[in-house]
Amino acid sequence: MIFAGCDVGSLTAKAVIMEEEKILASEIILAGTKPALSAQEVMDKTLQKAGLSMGKIAWCVGTGYGRKQIPFSNSEESEIACHGRGAVWSAPAVRTIVDIGGQDAKAIKVDEQGNVIRYLYNDKCASGTGRFLEIMADALGIALDDLGKLARNATDPVTLSNQCVVFAETEIISLVNEGRNVADIIAGLHRALANRAASMVGSIVADAEVAMTGGVAKNSGMFHALETALGVPIRKIDHPQLNGAIGAALFAREATAARS
Amino acid sequence: MITAGCDVGSLTSKAIIMNDNRIVAQELIRSQIKPAESAVAVMECALQKAGLTIQDINFCVGTGYGRDKIPFVQEAVSEITCHAMGARWLLPTVKTVIDIGGQDCKAMRIDKDGKIVKFITNDKCASGTGRFLEVMARIIGVSLDDLGGLSARAKAPITMANACTVWAQADVIQHLNDGIAAEDIGAGINNAMASRMAVLANNIGLERDLCMTGGVAKNVGVVAALEKLLGMTIKRIKKVDPQLVGAVGAALIAADKCERSAAS
Repeated sequence: MIFAGCDVGSLTAKAVIMEEEKILASEIILAGTKPALSAQEVMDKTLQKAGLSMGKIAWCVGTGYGRKQIPFSNSEESEIACHGRGAVWSAPAVRTIVDIGGQDAKAIKVDEQGNVIRYLYNDKCASGTGRFLEIMADALGIALDDLGKLARNATDPVTLSNQCVVFAETEIISLVNEGRNVADIIAGLHRALANRAASMVGSIVADAEVAMTGGVAKNSGMFHALETALGVPIRKIDHPQLNGAIGAALFAREATAARS
Repeated sequence: MITAGCDVGSLTSKAIIMNDNRIVAQELIRSQIKPAESAVAVMECALQKAGLTIQDINFCVGTGYGRDKIPFVQEAVSEITCHAMGARWLLPTVKTVIDIGGQDCKAMRIDKDGKIVKFITNDKCASGTGRFLEVMARIIGVSLDDLGGLSARAKAPITMANACTVWAQADVIQHLNDGIAAEDIGAGINNAMASRMAVLANNIGLERDLCMTGGVAKNVGVVAALEKLLGMTIKRIKKVDPQLVGAVGAALIAADKCERSAAS
């Protein structure tokens, strides 16, 4: 049977089509202002890749901040539940998930089935979310995707004195004016965000193994900074940004199994 | 005896020159990148207005975030102490001072001598500081000076869903796109600022009389909203620009130091 998961986030929309244990197709697009349209677009593209039509999907679960607006989903699950399911499916030993998205950050503790035991969530303060890096990359005139690569040249990472995105932006502009090396500034930004995430992980009393999900996990500088901040290696998973959509597809499979 | 106070803040720099406890000149400029340069520039303007040179100043006290970089002061004093002294001198019945500056906000309770009894400050989060208003004014396309006046003209002020300056920016853009009137958005912004300050101020237990200092004290929308939230009248400082209160306090402390050193 074929299942789908659709994760409509604040910045990107993701869709995954699965057949039992196998991912048939997946897609990530930038989300527009209307979640319904983003959902439709990303699902159409994924169906096309898989050479399928919507009629072939036995069940589709929607998740993410726009999940209530998805026109074609059969049911919904919270993104926290989906990230738990997805990560344990990708790497069965994972018990803690750090998910840093465009507008929020979460630390999730799960059991061996990927059921959520405990979680912490920040969407109140932009610092600590992917938006922090986005704004800083903008201020530095650097593409978000290049941050990880550039951070590798750091020799003496800066220590930011401000946590607030607004104040930190001013601070890094002064650091640039003072002639500080951009690589050191970027490494300092990664460290700041990683420390913020690590304190959330500390609060849920994390168990090994730890996985990192969400778009920010694709930034190698952030990945290493978080390993340093946590003091443990992080388990690399194959599709960190698709993790929520994969979890949704797994919930879709469970839903059809329960009905039949 | 001629004394001076120089308050180098994150956004503006202020100088006050006093002659025997009477203000003879005052100046306010936008801060430059280097605090030392801002201090020299604002003091030169004030001296010129007073027809004096720096050699005529018997004692000068520096304050504000750049106070340790001011080249010409005899002493640096924290802005909390200076705001308390300035407010006490301008309004002798004041027991609580709320100061909202460009990058921080403070609430302090003071005794009859202007000494600090209790205080609380936020300089960690831009929300609740002047920077919040600055960012929001830019988005709705009004000058910071005109933002306060919008409250009085608002018919249905918006409620801001997010405290974070970054998220609130997106909310305000959404409201603008939805065609909400600038007055209603501006009033919502002023109300959000006031409620953030009220939460902080209530922590120290307010005592009458209450006054407000710093640049945001000139925003009538915030002041009115804050009065409503605190259930207390905010006494207006009329003798000088409320933004200059820290510099006034510094000049008063300078006079006190000068007298003490003359006596000893």
